[in-house]
Amino acid sequence: MNADGMTPLLRMENIFKSYGGVRALQDVQFTAERGRIHALLGENGAGKSTLIKVLSGVVKPDAGSILIDGQSMQFASPHAANNAGIACIFQELSLLPDLTVADNIAITNPPKRFGFIDTAEQYRFAERLLARVGGADIHPMAPVGDLPLSRRQIVEIAKALARNPKILILDEATSALTAADVARVFTMLKQLRDEGLAIIYISHRMHEVAELADDCTVFRNGRFVESFEARTKSDDAIVELMIGREYKNVFPERSPKPKNVAPVLRTTGLTWGNQLKGIDLEVRPGEVVGLGGLDGQGQRQLLLALFGTLVGLSGTVEVDGNRVRLSSPRQAKAAGIGMALIPEDRKNEGLMLPMSVRANLSFAAMEKFSRFGIVDKAAEDKEIDAIVKLLSIKADGVDGPVAALSGGNQQKVVIGKWLMTKPRIILLNDPTRGIDVGTKQEFYQLLARLAETGVGIVYYSTDYDELVGCCDRVLVMYDGRVSRTLEGAEITERNLVAAALNVAPGATVHTATHTLAGAQA
Amino acid sequence: MSEIAAIDQGQRRWQSMTYFISAQRGILLAIAIFVVMFGLYGWKQEVGLTANIINTAANKGALLALVAMAQTIPVLTGGLDLSVGMIFLLTNCLASVIVNGDPLMTAIGVVGVLLVGLLCGTINGVIVVYGRLQPIIVTLATSAVYFGAAVVLRPQPGGSVNFELADFMTRSFFNVPVSVMVLVAVVLVIWIPYKRSILGRAAFAIGSSEQAAYMSGVPIARAKILAYALSGLLSSIAGLMLTFLTYSGAAKVQIGNDYTLNSIAAVVIGGTSLFGGVGSVIGSIFGAFVMRTVGDLLIVFDINPVLQPLFVGVVLLLAVCIGSLRLLRIKNKVDLYR
Amino acid sequence: MASATLTQFRPDKATVIAFGCSIALLLVGAIAQPSFLSIDYLVQQLQIASFLGIVATGMMLIILLGHIDLSIPWTIGIGGMMATAATGFFGAGAEWFAIPFGILCGMAVGLVNGLGVAYLRAPSMIFTLGVNAVAQGLMVYHTGGFAPPEDALPIMRELAVGRLIPGIPNPLLLWIAVGAITVFMLTRTTLGRRIYAVGNKEKAVYLSGVDAKRVVLICFIISGACAAATGILLSGWANRSYQAMGDPYLLPAIAAVVLGGANVLGGRGTYLGTVAGVILITLLQSILSVVQPQNIFAQFGITVSAEAVRQIAFGVVIVGMLLLYGRDKGMR
Repeated sequence: MNADGMTPLLRMENIFKSYGGVRALQDVQFTAERGRIHALLGENGAGKSTLIKVLSGVVKPDAGSILIDGQSMQFASPHAANNAGIACIFQELSLLPDLTVADNIAITNPPKRFGFIDTAEQYRFAERLLARVGGADIHPMAPVGDLPLSRRQIVEIAKALARNPKILILDEATSALTAADVARVFTMLKQLRDEGLAIIYISHRMHEVAELADDCTVFRNGRFVESFEARTKSDDAIVELMIGREYKNVFPERSPKPKNVAPVLRTTGLTWGNQLKGIDLEVRPGEVVGLGGLDGQGQRQLLLALFGTLVGLSGTVEVDGNRVRLSSPRQAKAAGIGMALIPEDRKNEGLMLPMSVRANLSFAAMEKFSRFGIVDKAAEDKEIDAIVKLLSIKADGVDGPVAALSGGNQQKVVIGKWLMTKPRIILLNDPTRGIDVGTKQEFYQLLARLAETGVGIVYYSTDYDELVGCCDRVLVMYDGRVSRTLEGAEITERNLVAAALNVAPGATVHTATHTLAGAQA
Repeated sequence: MSEIAAIDQGQRRWQSMTYFISAQRGILLAIAIFVVMFGLYGWKQEVGLTANIINTAANKGALLALVAMAQTIPVLTGGLDLSVGMIFLLTNCLASVIVNGDPLMTAIGVVGVLLVGLLCGTINGVIVVYGRLQPIIVTLATSAVYFGAAVVLRPQPGGSVNFELADFMTRSFFNVPVSVMVLVAVVLVIWIPYKRSILGRAAFAIGSSEQAAYMSGVPIARAKILAYALSGLLSSIAGLMLTFLTYSGAAKVQIGNDYTLNSIAAVVIGGTSLFGGVGSVIGSIFGAFVMRTVGDLLIVFDINPVLQPLFVGVVLLLAVCIGSLRLLRIKNKVDLYR
Repeated sequence: MASATLTQFRPDKATVIAFGCSIALLLVGAIAQPSFLSIDYLVQQLQIASFLGIVATGMMLIILLGHIDLSIPWTIGIGGMMATAATGFFGAGAEWFAIPFGILCGMAVGLVNGLGVAYLRAPSMIFTLGVNAVAQGLMVYHTGGFAPPEDALPIMRELAVGRLIPGIPNPLLLWIAVGAITVFMLTRTTLGRRIYAVGNKEKAVYLSGVDAKRVVLICFIISGACAAATGILLSGWANRSYQAMGDPYLLPAIAAVVLGGANVLGGRGTYLGTVAGVILITLLQSILSVVQPQNIFAQFGITVSAEAVRQIAFGVVIVGMLLLYGRDKGMR
């Protein structure tokens, strides 16, 4: 790259970053040129997002340098990165829900008159920018919090452009947009490129990358793998680079499951608003049923519906053939049902981070070793020791805060907390997100062992590899429905992808429409 | 440009109006409650709403209104200022000492009082921002200090104030009480410019989502300090007005606490969210007048005025319960929890 | 490896500093007035501290949840006035029932608070403020705005000024009992664990299949009971109940809990810390009134009232100590 000898607009050299014990970035190089769209590729946890956070001043790298126009820069805050001409479009992270669209778009440098914000001019400014990014339908005076997700994403894009950036970063910024919106955003991005901006683009959708990118860089497991010009490699070759050979997940052997056992969990016609549309699901003891599909097709809502947190649910849920109405996690956990949910957001929904490993582990099962509300410490210790050993949780004693543990060990605590309740049905919501490869392997082993003991498992994963490796059956969801059920040898990555996109291979792929966006369109 | 042209401009304007009104609904509700209550008061009042009665009501209400305005600004940032009542007392006591003498000395005294209010508020802001402590605790502690200072100035109730100025500030002109003009002036001279400034908007941004505000490059430290400083300034205006009404200063802990707690209630009735990000001092003005009118209504309805707290409490709890109606819209119970 | 029970007693930085300051205060005071180190003085201080200590116990639970209880002042008032008035309601034979009745009334106030905060999801700051006003209104209605004419019952007087165990005043005994139960509850029971958990992450509590709302409700009821108990003690102490008797206890109770190292946002704090905070505040107030630093000013011809010095010292100590404890490390 950069054969003409000119200084590239952005150069990042030898960047290192670790979170706790996990290395997110290791000796990473990255270069972006003016007037080019640069796609960042890699699996979940490959380090793309961390690189972007370093570049936009959200996190500080442990080591390494950032050069803009050949000048060394250090960003103490997002504000500093903004001033250096870097604008980042996160997934609606930086919007202020109570402020109007116009206020949001012009938040950093609003038009002024006599030293005060000129609201009339700001209105026109927002209107112009919105029109440019395909958001002409959005009213500049609408409070951002009232907009559906797809419109908020458009506002986020307009907001980034309002800062007149030299470098524009889009981190999965089109995930909630409709196909028409995406097309408009792409036209705008190409135009900005022609105006000389450097654009860094992260997406998991290969066809988007193929359409848009001039350059590509692949990351894998926190390391830089290769940079190359777009369309010089086949999709297969790129996927090869992203997956790599050495990090292939290893899945345990699975024993064949008896087919004619009565299901432990069954739903018929489960419906919730327009996010779940008549879901039929059957889980037999010892079976691992996967949920597939693009992110946001109702998989999370299905798990929450089973766990009793959704209001206004219709359809039936049966446990052991008995119809049940669950209206809280407490009922779902109760004896006779024995459900457990490993939530997606372990920091907010799974753990009390400042509290001890002990308190977290025994939290859901405290009734089991307490009498009249008094905890029997001896019994508690025994159970905790057993679970720490079973999951090989690496902690400096169980009385330290769970916040001090690595991501993988924290996730083990969440799982351990529920295993202590001796559940019969386990609902897993993308449990391996953001945890290291070693822990993932242990997790797959555990899953297989749990299934052998007769636990019924519903397993949602955004990683198709895991669905292929762990599941006996996969329900692929699309727009709140089960679009296809794959069983046994049918569960292949190719079939999963085809079913997830809900189109015949080769046809134009429509983007994942978040249901809110779907309602809007 | 063609995109803009494609939109029905008439419909746009209509939407603009709807959004404008919906953004003011907190204020409008507070105004409506006030109008109903004050109307009831005027109707039951045998002599009707004479200029005199309005003037008295305005003078009483303006004090709480100013303190409530002072409370509003920190609340908008998602904070709280428990020292407003004590800054109010402190500046009252100070004014009873220094707002005296010839017009020049009086003017210097007024400026001094305002500066002290500003200083007290700035101290709060600096400790909150640079000490990284919770505003509720910081202002709780500084309120004790400010009250102590008030007692130093006025161990016993007393003192005096420039009579002409005090008389002028508590009268009516053309049936408009000067105290109401003061409120309008504060809105025009302080609130509207503040709301239109970078730091004022930053206050809303911080209250809406501090994380997102940080990501957006909003100057968080400066905006918070200014919010508390303005709060102190507005409290000191209230302190001045109290001096003009009573011609004296008094450091009574009960009065300070009452004003602090009532200011929170007035802010909530005025439609400002205690979580920050939404609200206006204009709503708080009417919230304050609602609180004060409760007392007046008790008098005209011949209810023992000692029952005022009961009715104020009931009004407050009702206002809170209206806010709880949003629970009916929640579809995923997980969203109920922090 | 320390066990979780011990963490309640393992003094953290805040507790150590608060106790350290208390001792330093005593020593400084002793220079001016040697009697400060006498047993009599210390016992008397602990007796006064008991009133604050019992209210602060309830307040601590609420703060651990990440809420606040501003209805304390008139819950104290209700406790005192209802207990004094019990014989008026139920006849002279109901004397045994007076104290339970006062406590029950306090619990009723707590119940209302808890329902509003936990089930209506109202911000505790504003809801408890409203409940305080309503409680005040009800008491004013009951008394007509005057101090109730009845004297406190003999049993209440005995509770407040007597010594069941020679040398230990009854209020102190009661505080020790309340404290012991609280420590046991916080460390050894499921409720205790749940209180800390709700303060840390209510969402995770709910998703763990635990009824977070009930935990909040129970704590508000306990807080109401503690405040009412203090009201009863105060009535016995003064031999009557009076308007606004609870007002001087709200802010010191919050301050004591926070000085003891509890996080106002919830989830962190030990009972030992609260004890340290209560003792520190009580000693600070007492010593300032005895040592009379205002006399130092008087030497320079500046008259400063004792109240002013007390207030300023109070505020400066709280801010200074909190700055000393260290800042919120990204707790938000």
